Amino acid sequence: MVRFAGVGLRYAEPPGRPPGAGQAALQDLTFTLPSGSFHWLLGESGAGKSSLLRLMQLAQRPTSGVVEVLGADLSRTRRRALPALRRRIGVVWQDFRLLPHLSVRDNVALPLRIAGRPEAGLLADVAEMLRWAGLDARADSLPAALSGGEQQRAALARAVVMRPALLLADEPTGNLDAAQARRILALLQEMHRLGTTVVVATHADALVRAFPAPALRLQGGRLMSHG
Amino acid sequence: MSWLTPTLQDLLLEAFWETLAMVGVSAAIAVAIGLPIALLLHVTGRGGLSPLPWLHRPLGILVNAVRSTPFIILMVAIIPFTRLVAGTSIGTAAAIVPLALAATAFLARLFENALREVDGGVVEAARAMGASRMQIVWKVLVPEALPGLIAAVTVALVSLVGFSAMAGAVGGGGLGDLGIRFGYQRFMPEVMATVVLLLILFVQGLQSLGDWLVRRLSRR
Repeated sequence: MVRFAGVGLRYAEPPGRPPGAGQAALQDLTFTLPSGSFHWLLGESGAGKSSLLRLMQLAQRPTSGVVEVLGADLSRTRRRALPALRRRIGVVWQDFRLLPHLSVRDNVALPLRIAGRPEAGLLADVAEMLRWAGLDARADSLPAALSGGEQQRAALARAVVMRPALLLADEPTGNLDAAQARRILALLQEMHRLGTTVVVATHADALVRAFPAPALRLQGGRLMSHG
Repeated sequence: MSWLTPTLQDLLLEAFWETLAMVGVSAAIAVAIGLPIALLLHVTGRGGLSPLPWLHRPLGILVNAVRSTPFIILMVAIIPFTRLVAGTSIGTAAAIVPLALAATAFLARLFENALREVDGGVVEAARAMGASRMQIVWKVLVPEALPGLIAAVTVALVSLVGFSAMAGAVGGGGLGDLGIRFGYQRFMPEVMATVVLLLILFVQGLQSLGDWLVRRLSRR
């Protein structure tokens, strides 16, 4: 499902600095996440969690090594093929990233519309996802009218409406209180039980203790432990 | 109001229509050409959807060059081009060409700024959903920037009203030209005052309409 072999990521050096001055965000990562697994991604701020997730969501190519996601080798995949692959990956962010001018319903429908799904029947899928996320009463609201927890559940509904094989969450509970955080986690775990491969980056230790699962632990861009 | 003869009334009305035509047509052209330029500037810029410095740089310089040329000079300098497009170098139609050119460059920058206001996180989210670059532009970037784009059009329309007053220099007519020819050159301050009052009302109307539209779109 996800295979990293000797992966390094170095951001471009700032202009005017000698080559190689760029900061190494990730170094020599080697691991495999089996299909249908649930993993925590742990580490301090700046340890490289977001960079690692960006590689997994095909938003960035590695500087070195092999990244294989959903059977595609990222360094050999042509740019034109990336959107179709990304449609099979769901992503949730700490800051929700809902489109502010679209209703909750239209936000959740957006991935389907981008994928060119015909309008007929599309809203039934959306309604089902909204029910799953406990948001059927908020479908017509704009994101700004929702609480943080509701916004994140809307974002989660949007991330899974395409039934992705891989679901990535970058600090999904970072802006939420404990009760809302547990609710998000329960939904992520439910996706996992339905067979989705799930990776959740966090530094909320209490949450990790409440939902024990294997973990990838990063420190300074290197993998400290796996499992 | 004895000075407001029927002839003068006709002249005022005609001048108003000329101003409306010059502002309306050149604004429509400026939106149609300025938006693609702004999108190109935005997506080819550093950190854009397709960074292309070889395209971004010259385009930016071109836009700046038009913007930094004083309008009265621009109008005279492009007379050969105006003749090519409008078939003549004097009159209302001829005035529209330099007005449209100046407004296009102006709007391209204002539009670019409005596009830059769109939250980068939302764009990244659209990319993660598997949106192509075209889909990101038309389904996310433009709809999200719409209130800002409308506000930019309002600013451009108001500036165009001012620019159109200079169109008298190429016989473009309009309210500004009437004010100069009658109010100043024929010593009729009442005409000047009427023209200025009409322009103030016109600009107020444009601004209110623009603000109303922006409010409506932002609340959506």
